[in-house]
Amino acid sequence: MSETTPAGAIHDIGYRRYEGPRLGASYIRRSLFLETLRGSFGLGRSARSKIMPNLMFGVLVLLAVVLGLVAGYFGMSELPMGYEEFVFSMQVPITIFLASQAPVAVSRDLRFKIAPLYFSRPLSRPQYVQARYAGMAAALFVLTAVPLTLLLAGALLAELPWREQLPDYVRSIAGAAVAALVLAGVGLVIAAMTPRRGLGVAAVAGTLLVLSGLQGTVRALAEEFGDAAFAGYAGLISPFSLVDGVMAVPLGAESVMATPPEGFVMGAVFCAVAALLVVGCYGSLLLRYRKALR
Amino acid sequence: MELPESLIRTDALTKRFGSVTAVEELTLDVRPGITGLVGANGAGKSTLLKILLGLLPATAGSASVLTLDVATQGPAIRERVGYMPEHDCLPPDVSATEFVVHMARMSGLPTTSARERAADTLRHVGLYEERYRPMGGYSTGMRQRVKLAQALVHDPALVLLDEPTNGLDPAGRDDMLELIRRIGTEFGISLIVTSHLLRELERVSDGIVVIDGGRLLRHSTTASVTAETAVVTVEVTEEPAELHDRLVADGLAVRREGVLLHVEVEGHEAYDLVRDAVADLGLGLVRLERQRHRMTEIFTDATARGEVHV
Repeated sequence: MSETTPAGAIHDIGYRRYEGPRLGASYIRRSLFLETLRGSFGLGRSARSKIMPNLMFGVLVLLAVVLGLVAGYFGMSELPMGYEEFVFSMQVPITIFLASQAPVAVSRDLRFKIAPLYFSRPLSRPQYVQARYAGMAAALFVLTAVPLTLLLAGALLAELPWREQLPDYVRSIAGAAVAALVLAGVGLVIAAMTPRRGLGVAAVAGTLLVLSGLQGTVRALAEEFGDAAFAGYAGLISPFSLVDGVMAVPLGAESVMATPPEGFVMGAVFCAVAALLVVGCYGSLLLRYRKALR
Repeated sequence: MELPESLIRTDALTKRFGSVTAVEELTLDVRPGITGLVGANGAGKSTLLKILLGLLPATAGSASVLTLDVATQGPAIRERVGYMPEHDCLPPDVSATEFVVHMARMSGLPTTSARERAADTLRHVGLYEERYRPMGGYSTGMRQRVKLAQALVHDPALVLLDEPTNGLDPAGRDDMLELIRRIGTEFGISLIVTSHLLRELERVSDGIVVIDGGRLLRHSTTASVTAETAVVTVEVTEEPAELHDRLVADGLAVRREGVLLHVEVEGHEAYDLVRDAVADLGLGLVRLERQRHRMTEIFTDATARGEVHV
């Protein structure tokens, strides 16, 4: 050992040990989940990164309020746009929100090689993926559930019958939860595959919008040829119409589609595909991080 | 903090990636303190660190860190060990403070403690006002300090530093080595420091482990190496040729370098012989200095024998 030099400068009070608690992996996972959820709305980040997510959130909230006001002002017997239809029609702002925030949740850690710092801590790779996935899904749920709740408030203020409104609202909230899980999975997987800056945003938005367009085209063609069953299955193409199908058959909601999926078999197929998609996305993320330590 | 007698112990540890063997039959017993882990690029240093963190399963053999088994107690090890990777790992858009606070929480510290510890640790590694600025504008030296801070923020019992002096200029290297020395002595935290340069590690380490091709080449402590053969440098007021001949006649191994004589001493009588020779020849003794055995020689000897491929 080399000779000890005199202790440092006078203001140096020396090293202090940490004797406090070391909270385990579940605390860490919860912290990372909250960080992801807050971060998706720009909280705890720079002012510039608050703009995009909150703009999209604002659009959805504003629209819900306006719809409620319109229903009350004109004394309508029902909302100008139903709860399910609301989520489906708001595809573009939801997609933009997801495309701008999924890369924040996962691509940064890969691009700047921060992931090894997480994995050299008590958190395991599955726990990291769970925290990020749940955080992103929770953000999407907040994004849609808050405007849906405002829509319900508007409907009740417009003195629409709550017996009709409430079941529809509850179904749409369940649908929002399914949509959040499916969309978060798709968005995170695409973002994790494209760690380069900007590319993730374009890839997520592009994929969702193209699939949505494709779904519409295939469905229109099938309807043209009068094949209602095929048209119904076309809903599997896009995550948004997939969720619409899940909401329509087992949840008994009114589908947005002209040729909605019908019957037990088709309903089961939609549910199975949605479940497989969620599990598959989780699995792909785990695989993606298996080799992330470098 | 009570440190176990043995910091790291490996027994015939082997790691293969397909047909490539990264670590082969490595048996080590590392004691608390500062240990240098030296080897050429690709010698298996980083792989060994990842096995010790419980992140890579070993193909064969076993290893324990702080008496915890790497195969089964990875999370417990990672709670008490800090890791500074070799590569850059800092997001450019957040400040050092925000980043280190976040990493402290990711080590399980409650938010309030995380803030306190982050401020303390950043000060200890020498980051002051600049810690509030986004890290994108930091110099390499500052970035290395933040990487070190995130490894120390949860007050680990052991930190693993992977090539901490990489990319630093000579002054930056000296600062980093001084910091490593302080962490080991003043903070009382054990360190494993990897480098492909033995010379810089010998200045601060208590022990050196040299690995090559995943195999243990040498494990030594500075003290033992110094004790084996000490070299004393003698400088006198006049031409040392006469003294040189006298010492050789006395049976000592002497190497002349300009006006200096390097005398290999084994035991106290050699010092007496030097003193008597100088006195008998009527010379003035300018310097009689015991040299630390340059551990570089371990490395150069090995290289000369073709055992290390640098």
